[in-house]
Amino acid sequence: MASVPISQDSRFGLRRQARLTGPLHLSSGALLGPVDIAYETYGTMNADKSNVILICHALTGDQYVASDHPVTGKPGWWWRLVGEGKPVDPARHFIVCSNVIGSCMGSSGPASIDPATGDPHAMRFPVLTIADMVRAQAALLDHLGVDRLSAVIGGSMGGMQALTWPTLFPDRVESCVVIASTARHSAQNIAFHEVGRQAIMADPHWRGGDYYADGQVPSAGLAVARMAAHITYLSEAGLTEKFGRRLQGRDAKTFGFDADFQVESYLRHQGLSFVERFDANSYLYITRAMDYYDIADDHGGSLAKAFTATKARFCLVSFDTDWLYPTTESRIIVHALNASGAQASFVELSSPFGHDAFLLECPELNRVVDGFLKGGRA
Amino acid sequence: MSETLRPDLALIARTVRQGARVLDVGCGDGALMAAMRDNAQVDARGLEIDGSNVAAAVGRGLSVVQGDADTDLGYYPDASFDYAILSQTLQTTRRPDLVVEELLRIGRQAFVSFPNFAHWRGRISLLWGGRMPVTRLLPDTWYDTLNIHHVTVDDFRALVKERGWTIDGQWFLKGDKETTHANANLFAEHAVFLLRK
Repeated sequence: MASVPISQDSRFGLRRQARLTGPLHLSSGALLGPVDIAYETYGTMNADKSNVILICHALTGDQYVASDHPVTGKPGWWWRLVGEGKPVDPARHFIVCSNVIGSCMGSSGPASIDPATGDPHAMRFPVLTIADMVRAQAALLDHLGVDRLSAVIGGSMGGMQALTWPTLFPDRVESCVVIASTARHSAQNIAFHEVGRQAIMADPHWRGGDYYADGQVPSAGLAVARMAAHITYLSEAGLTEKFGRRLQGRDAKTFGFDADFQVESYLRHQGLSFVERFDANSYLYITRAMDYYDIADDHGGSLAKAFTATKARFCLVSFDTDWLYPTTESRIIVHALNASGAQASFVELSSPFGHDAFLLECPELNRVVDGFLKGGRA
Repeated sequence: MSETLRPDLALIARTVRQGARVLDVGCGDGALMAAMRDNAQVDARGLEIDGSNVAAAVGRGLSVVQGDADTDLGYYPDASFDYAILSQTLQTTRRPDLVVEELLRIGRQAFVSFPNFAHWRGRISLLWGGRMPVTRLLPDTWYDTLNIHHVTVDDFRALVKERGWTIDGQWFLKGDKETTHANANLFAEHAVFLLRK
């Protein structure tokens, strides 16, 4: 065994980056390399490496799952689930969270420099899939010396990665938590994404993706894409409760096109703050990866077949007001897991917050995840 | 696990083979599953309709899926369990006969337990009071009960005979004590059957 304590190993800690050796073989057939992965680790790997948990982030998420975001200064995006005294706890677990490839927070993506040309890849970056993101995570774990995951956990697009893990690496995953997610992108999911992509591409600043040189980025298009997507993350009831038809900072309608309504003002704010932290081309690539996602299609049309090789335990959670990835999508996964004989748990939790519920206060979610991870071995 | 099991569940927990694969349909908060797991190393899976019950069961480390016995049993493969268990749930299903058929397809054997509607207390209530019985085991009034298919011991035996199922075991309970088979239809508050196809 190595004599260097893990805590002094430069591979572990906050704000790490690894350059992976060897090109990554992508679903499209293309090769990507060298590949940079930005990541964070929390806690300490135990001697038999049996306490490793990988957290997968959603479309616009990042590796800062449980530490303050360097751009926004906000606390880690899943601090409610990951942290001291939480179901995923650095006191007990060695936690890894990496930025997906294609993104823009330090992992290789369209905004990163192509060493062959010295310029950003832009739209010359290869098109990715969710499986490619998972392959990159597996390569990162190789780099970290991790063979097996005690658990892989994700919500939304993170759930897609979590669910893909045991289908690609059946022996490397012991348990899998998939929250507010799906086994395939539906026509409606693809449709919303296409609206977002077209908004970006219609922005005159987009210029075929080559906008990095002069700083004139397609922020108007990206903001509209974010606004449209943000609606899908909330429930109608949630919007009504939060905003109703209330007016924004005025007593009467202006009979114009300013943001008269609070909900308009809110969405504009969401769009504007998003463009400060996200790259438009990354948004195109990641939404595309999600649209190509269909686990059954990768296994001869049978979702159950995808899970026959793994002994992993599964826990699925949906939310009753989530219409982006509704409960019916989780049920499809559960039925496939039952058919394949896998150990599966599934519960639909109640929340007024729609798809966003997985990121918000939900004591029942913590209880379910905690109990599942402990697996009766409390 | 020191929690006290309902008598019919305790009986089932005592009877299952060590290390068996068990599907508990209508598993509630997982009390029986936990007992079987802890005492008999049973590989237990559950199906439960109520979300907060599922959350409680998963919270204690059990594999439980939220779903409906009337519609979701079809997704389980043939003979994938040693036992399928349906405790106190038969009388709440839309088609009890089809649910038992499914149990016997999924499990090599099936435990079915239900409150006996022909217990003498119920009979007296109906005969002298002229009212639907409200008893310890059937505490709800007719308009808010989940029990939409009340069944008696003799009704169930007739169904078993009609469908050609085999009874591998039968137990009758009065309070938390086992009672005799003689006149079970009159004296048993609760029946547990172990069936095979």
